[in-house]
Amino acid sequence: MAAQAGTLDTFPKLLLEHARVRPSRPAIREKDLGIWQTWTWGDYADEVRALACGLAAHGVTRGAHVALVGDNRPRIYAGICAAQCLGAIPVPLYQDAVATEMAFPIQNAQIGHVIAEDQEQVDKLLEILPGCPSLKRIYYDDPRGLRHYSHEALSSYESLIKAGREALERDSAFLDAEIGKGRGSDTAAMFFTSGTTAAPKGVVLTHDSLIDRSRTIMAWEGLNEDDVVLAFMPPAWIGQNIFSYAQPLVTGYCICCPESTETVTADMREIGPTYYFAPPRIFEALLTQVSVRMEDASALKRRMYRYFMGVARRVGARILEGKPVGLADRMLYNLGDFLVYAPLRNVLGMSRVRIAYTGGEAIGPDLFVFYRSLGINLKQLYGSTETSVFVCVQANGQVKSDTAGPPVPGVELKFTEQRELLIRSPGLFKEYYKNPQATAEAKDAEGWFHTGDAGYIDADGHLKIIDRVKDVGRLAGGTLFAPKYLENKLKFFPYIKEAVCFGHGRSMVCAFINIDMDAVGNWAERKGLPYSGYTDLASQDAVYDLISGCVEQVNADLAQEAELAASQIHRFLILHKELDADDEELTRTRKVRRGFIAEKYATLVDALYGGKHAVHVEAKVRYEDGRTGTYSADLKIRDARTLPVPGEKKAA
Amino acid sequence: MTAPETHLHFQGRNVGEVILSVEGVSLAFGGVKALQDVSFDVREHEVRAIIGPNGAGKSSMLNVINGVYHPQRGRIRFKERQFTDMDPHEAAVLGIARTFQNIALFKGMSVLDNIMAGRNLRMRSGILAQALRIGPALKEEIAHRQEVERIIDFLELQPYRKTQAGRLPYGLQKRVDLGRALASEPKMLLLDEPMAGMNLEEKQDMCRFILDANDQLGTTIVLIEHDMGVVMDISDRVVVLDYGRKIADGTPDEVRNNQAVVEAYLGASH
Repeated sequence: MAAQAGTLDTFPKLLLEHARVRPSRPAIREKDLGIWQTWTWGDYADEVRALACGLAAHGVTRGAHVALVGDNRPRIYAGICAAQCLGAIPVPLYQDAVATEMAFPIQNAQIGHVIAEDQEQVDKLLEILPGCPSLKRIYYDDPRGLRHYSHEALSSYESLIKAGREALERDSAFLDAEIGKGRGSDTAAMFFTSGTTAAPKGVVLTHDSLIDRSRTIMAWEGLNEDDVVLAFMPPAWIGQNIFSYAQPLVTGYCICCPESTETVTADMREIGPTYYFAPPRIFEALLTQVSVRMEDASALKRRMYRYFMGVARRVGARILEGKPVGLADRMLYNLGDFLVYAPLRNVLGMSRVRIAYTGGEAIGPDLFVFYRSLGINLKQLYGSTETSVFVCVQANGQVKSDTAGPPVPGVELKFTEQRELLIRSPGLFKEYYKNPQATAEAKDAEGWFHTGDAGYIDADGHLKIIDRVKDVGRLAGGTLFAPKYLENKLKFFPYIKEAVCFGHGRSMVCAFINIDMDAVGNWAERKGLPYSGYTDLASQDAVYDLISGCVEQVNADLAQEAELAASQIHRFLILHKELDADDEELTRTRKVRRGFIAEKYATLVDALYGGKHAVHVEAKVRYEDGRTGTYSADLKIRDARTLPVPGEKKAA
Repeated sequence: MTAPETHLHFQGRNVGEVILSVEGVSLAFGGVKALQDVSFDVREHEVRAIIGPNGAGKSSMLNVINGVYHPQRGRIRFKERQFTDMDPHEAAVLGIARTFQNIALFKGMSVLDNIMAGRNLRMRSGILAQALRIGPALKEEIAHRQEVERIIDFLELQPYRKTQAGRLPYGLQKRVDLGRALASEPKMLLLDEPMAGMNLEEKQDMCRFILDANDQLGTTIVLIEHDMGVVMDISDRVVVLDYGRKIADGTPDEVRNNQAVVEAYLGASH
């Protein structure tokens, strides 16, 4: 695969090639002081060269690890490439990680140099510095608030690049020689997995695997240099990194960095990306926003929206796939497009989206169909850090709401008896860093990667994932229990933000619910319900009634599915606090850590199964400023109506 | 926001010479003596607080410095110039800006335009040229817009740039008010109860912005505040007024332990 591209087998070589072929095309845009500032490929290469020389002058050598911690900023991406120029290994870290979480990767990879975005990151790094003897230098990009910091490890990005420019002037051959030494089989980057269960693992990926996957997808989707991507997820997440670092360097398209996390929606509208990737929760949040705003719209607009969304649901997805649709419906859809869909796509910033992906978690079918029926080509993909993302991608025109599509070229799939998915692909990771045992467990002698996901290939050759192998359980009665499947069904309601279902080895299924503060808050306002905050709102009877309605609707759905009818949710409670990654209840990618939650809230689970109607909680809460306090209250527990399970005479 | 940060903050800042001195100022409205023979000074780059119970004359003091009220007796010296009376416009030209206790934003205008309004004093071209964007007016507007964008960035107002000021929550309106005051690039900023009615988080944010303005822009701050915790945390020196008289003046610690202050706040036993 590398042969057909000649010697462009590493990212720095690709960058220099773009700087040669398309020096004045935009490479990275960033909104700064209200204006989109552009780095062309020429500027990008220039910055990276100077930065690489600066890092070399400060002692970064081949094989060393360099950490980058910050939001999507051109300089963070330049840092990744600069490290690669020297044969060093960039390690992007999650910018929202707390200090202690940052210590592990730094100690594990013996990181000596860190490029940090701002004061927030510098504070965290200085906090863990005593425990990380390898950490020698911290470079900060944004000097704000750092003026009075005097620490020998600390210096500015500006000073680093200045040192680099001077070095480059003295000896320009050095860097070219270093870049030339790079090989495709070298390690390109290391990504720490979010660590759902154990300590995080460093996933080692080579240039070859990342470049191979990026080239495959470029051909598969017909991506080109005119495409535009908005980078708004953490760069430490492979799903963002491959879209905003690997793929643009292979394809030559432009990435845009939003002004701040709060302005993403507005920035997206201004940029109009053509290629878009977001995990399902982002699509969920967008839909919630739309629904909430529609509830506040005038009666005429509400009726128009409801009517045309009905039309879209009926025929929109079929039109997008080019399937035959009656003339009347087609005309109605066109009218709807003029009145509702096009303006809505515009508000979402998706007017120009050619290809949108979602992945990382299952997406609710209704949610998925909503976007497709608007005419947005949303598709699902399957992949992980270990596979350089792309394993399965739905093909244009062959999209189904409950599969991840067929394997993309180069990928082989097979299943174990427990239905665990195994993958062989040129995109597979080299190893887990300093963890041969975990590597051996995940990757067998024949090179098959054990995903831990349970699924099967359906009649059309599409991959369908049900749940994690270890999470798929059985109810006491022996029927299948797939918690994530149930939670996803619950989470599709705009009022429910998170759900955690229990049932393995139990007689029935019970659930914890987290309400969505925006949606329920808005609902309460319209109802004229006063509340003081999340906890207060979550405990109100009217809110329980609202959620009860949602749960019962899920039960009605489940009753239709033979295998899952026994999984109807019998009892639930609304948690007094939002599940939070800072409290380790969610992973950094916001997946619920079911086992941890079950342990932490064992008394609540016992109360659910003990038939009580209220349970007393005394919880430690951590405020945003780091202080802790205690909270105590009685949580209510509700019984939800369930439908009779076919083949079972009476309910338990 | 955290404690060590504030600590670092104070270490690096150089409080300079006296920039404003108030000497024997008395102000009366008819028979009501709002201020009686009040004297104190403010040093450059300092955070100076004026505190006191309700009706102590704090806002009157600010209005005197700002040129809204003209004292019957006493003098005010700002930098090298001396005044007995000046008007608010003159004060603004000299580099004294202020925010208001009851926010006085243009509610129907965007955040951006509100802050832009703060740059009014710095605009050189005439109204007509500005309206028609002819000649140097356009270039000037771009330069001003750049300054406004710096303030938006400084106060982290990016998400609200185009939002109508009147539709923002209270804490944010206060922040926009601060932004507008900062837009005139003042030497000295008078803040009239900048944290009144805010929740804890909003107060912390506001404190950070005030300290940042003081530290990074070098703006001298004179503030009136009810929240004693806030005052003691961020001020270098505190003046205490009671019934129009100065009863104490010194560092937060000195003031906190001053018997007269304790009595004024808690009531004295006679």
